[in-house]
Parts: sequence; structure tokens; C-alpha cells
Amino acid sequence: MALPNIAHLSTAGPEEILHPARPWFIVVTVGIALTGNLLPLSGVALALRPDFIALVLLYWCIQEPRYVGVGVAWGVGLLMDVGDATLFGQHALAYALLAYAAEYFRRRVLRFSLWQQAAQVAVLLGLCAGLVLLVRYVGGAPLPRWTYAVPPLVGALLWPVLTVALQWTQRPQRSSAEL
Amino acid sequence: MRYIPVEPPPFFRRGPSPLARLVFFGLISIALLFVDTRYRYLEGIRMVAATILYPLQRATQLPGEALAGIGDYFTSLRALSEDNATLKRQSAEHAAAAQAFASTQQENARLRALLDARTRYASTAKAVEVLYTGRDPFAQKLFVDKGADADIRAGAAVIDADGVVGQVTRVYPNMAEVTLVTDKDHAVPVTVERSGVRSVLYGAGAGRAPELRFMAPSADIQEGDVLVTSGLDGTYPPGLAVARVATLERETGQIFARIGCTPLAGVDRSLHLLVLSQAAVVPPRPEEPALSDATKKAGKGKRKGSP
Repeated sequence: MALPNIAHLSTAGPEEILHPARPWFIVVTVGIALTGNLLPLSGVALALRPDFIALVLLYWCIQEPRYVGVGVAWGVGLLMDVGDATLFGQHALAYALLAYAAEYFRRRVLRFSLWQQAAQVAVLLGLCAGLVLLVRYVGGAPLPRWTYAVPPLVGALLWPVLTVALQWTQRPQRSSAEL
Repeated sequence: MRYIPVEPPPFFRRGPSPLARLVFFGLISIALLFVDTRYRYLEGIRMVAATILYPLQRATQLPGEALAGIGDYFTSLRALSEDNATLKRQSAEHAAAAQAFASTQQENARLRALLDARTRYASTAKAVEVLYTGRDPFAQKLFVDKGADADIRAGAAVIDADGVVGQVTRVYPNMAEVTLVTDKDHAVPVTVERSGVRSVLYGAGAGRAPELRFMAPSADIQEGDVLVTSGLDGTYPPGLAVARVATLERETGQIFARIGCTPLAGVDRSLHLLVLSQAAVVPPRPEEPALSDATKKAGKGKRKGSP
């Protein structure tokens, strides 16, 4: 069976050498994340919706830093700025910083279990949201409601699920005899 | 044997360091932010990117629209007949006013002609539908399904059945961005319907009531007063209902009264809106006499010079 071990939500262990991610798969996942961010939600759903793009970018920056880095994150951020009709460069700046932080922390983060990783991801996503808040506040926007702090936490909770889902295609095929 | 790619990762060709890239892109972002806040040079780029994103945005709406369509299909007969009855009643209620409107308009035109006053508005309305509410938690905006293709212009007023919703602030090829009256950067010139007192209604951001600022505590305003547009800005046609005064605090010792209002329109509920595209005929502002200008400058110079 080629199914990864979902029940334990575990990241790839040292005995598993992941296949390198295919570039088209990265593009597709970022596209899906962009679609997720553009969903026409409102009310509670909007308040809970995590920043899918930040999550997926963070994942790829940690897993495949050769393909996805500061530059790609910046470009995707610009698209997000247009999609949200926000200030030009606000998401771009935040995602670029996120990508840099991922680059800086990636070797350490990967050594932890998925839930421990999630805690660190919460900090990174919070940093990202905080930077946007700072930029907008300096630009003269009012402070948002407290619900502004919810999406980074939801994003962190999604981290283990996302990791397992995205690693699916990279896991080596194991025969049932090996299991 | 399983195939494992043997080509080593190109460790020695990774370009500039991440920190250098961060500094580079960070500086570009900050420059973009500055330019976008201060000037509006980047609208062209925004248009292009918005056109690229448009199919994706429509695609995200399809599942919701399909669900709504299915829901509509199975709406019970009773709900429909109830709706129908309400609409008939409303239509009957409005009939009298509508019949009077034509004659009143003609009368108004004749009187204006008599008085030699210029026609202020040649207003047309376009019905639009809300695509989605803005996702930016710092601004109160929504997006409607018609834009430059329907000849909607930035600056047009947007209303629903109950009153003013906001103003078109950005027009894309196929949609338009509407800034709501509750947005922090939005202001509507209003008059109090009962007493005629003029003021400006400022939005205060998400979850906060719009307010009338800089009103003297003695101003003739009461709780429950309805505010209508005054039409002084040339953007909003006069006489549209905007908000109702909800809270009123007149504290002794304060220079201004604190007046909180609730918008009358379903700013966060309405799905069907009207965009009033009107060519406001506002005479140009008279130029200040050169003399006073000179004295002002002289005064400024003096102030600077004095210790």
C-alpha cells in the first residue's frame, strides 16, 4: 500500500527518503492556495479562514528551498495584494519575510514532530500577520478587531494535515511486505 | 532497484543569499507601499493583475452560486407566495408616491426653469449584484459584478433599497470596488432631515459606528434623527437616506458632541445594489482673490521670521 500513515500525522521519518517535489506540483498547490484565499467568504468563515498561501509557501520554503524562496513568495504576495485590493506590496513584504524566516529556521523546524512544528509555524504566521498590521497601522488604517489573531492559529492547526497531504506524492512507495 | 536521482543539488549556484534577497524585495515592497499610499501610479499594474486573477475569482464563486441555485429551486411554494404578497403590498404602497413623482418632477423642472437654476443631476442607475465582501480586515469594502464594461466610473454613489451603501472607488474591467460608508477613510456630506443642520458623516472602521465629528454640543440634533445626503460634494445626489443618529453624548467640558450613527442601508447585508452614475454639474470653485493670497503668504513669512 502506498498510503502514508495518516493516523499518526507524522512527518517523513529518517528511514524514508522523500522524492524531490515536482515543480508543476508546487505550482498547482500554490494555485489551489490562491483559490482558497480568494474564496468569497464572509462572517465567521472569513474570520476563521487561515492564510492558505502563507501556509503553502512556508511548507515549500522549508521542504524545497531551491524552488521556492524569497522571490517567489514576493511575487505571489503581489498577486494576493491585487486579489484582496489591499495596499500594493503589503502581502508581498510579509510573504518575503516569511520565506526568509523559513529559510533561516528550516533545518531546525524539520527535526521536531508535526505538532511541535505547528507551534513554531504559529509564531511565523503570527509574525507575518503582525507585519501586515504594522504596515497598515503606519499607513493610517484603524486597528482591526481581535479576531485578526485567529487565522494564524487556525493555520498552525492545519499545518500537520497540510504536511501529510503535500508529502503524499513525495513519499517513497512502500510495499506491504516492508510494512 | 528504485530510481533515485543522483544529480547533486547545485549547492554552489544558488544566487544571492536569502538575506540579500529579502533586503532587495523588502525595499521594493516598501517603495511600492509608499507609492501606493501617496500616489496612485500603480492602477495600471493593478488592472492587469486583476484581469489575470478574474477567471480564478469567478471560479471560486461557482460552487456557492450552484448551491444557491439548487436552494432557490427547492424554495417552497409558501415562501414564494409570501414573498409575492409582500412585494405586491409594497408596490401598492409605493404606487401613490410613484404617480406623484412624475408630476412633482415636472413641477420641479418648471420651477427651476422659472428660477433659472441649473439642473443639478442627470442621474441614471445601474443594478449590480455583490460578488463578495472585501477580505481586507482593515477596510470596509465590497466588490460588485459590473465594472468598466457597464460604464461604471470611480466616484459613483452606490445605494440599496434603504439608503446609501457607499461609493465606487476603483473600477476593474469586469467588476468594481465599493468603499462602504463604514470605512474609516470614507466621509459623506449629510444634513439632518428634521432640522437641516449640515455635517459630514465619517466612517470609523469595522464594528464601530460612523460618527458626526466637530458638531457643537448645542447643534440641533436628537437621537433618532435621520441623516440624508446634502449633495454638496457633487458625488451623492441630495436627499438619499444615509444613517440614523443612535447615540448622542453632550458632555459639558467637551468642545464637540459625540454623535454615533447606524447606517440605514444594509451595508453588510444587501446583495442587490444600485450604482448611480451621475454627471454632477458643480460650478468650479471661485478663485481666491489675489490680494488675500498675497497677504496670506506675507503672514506666513512673518510667522516664520518671528522668534
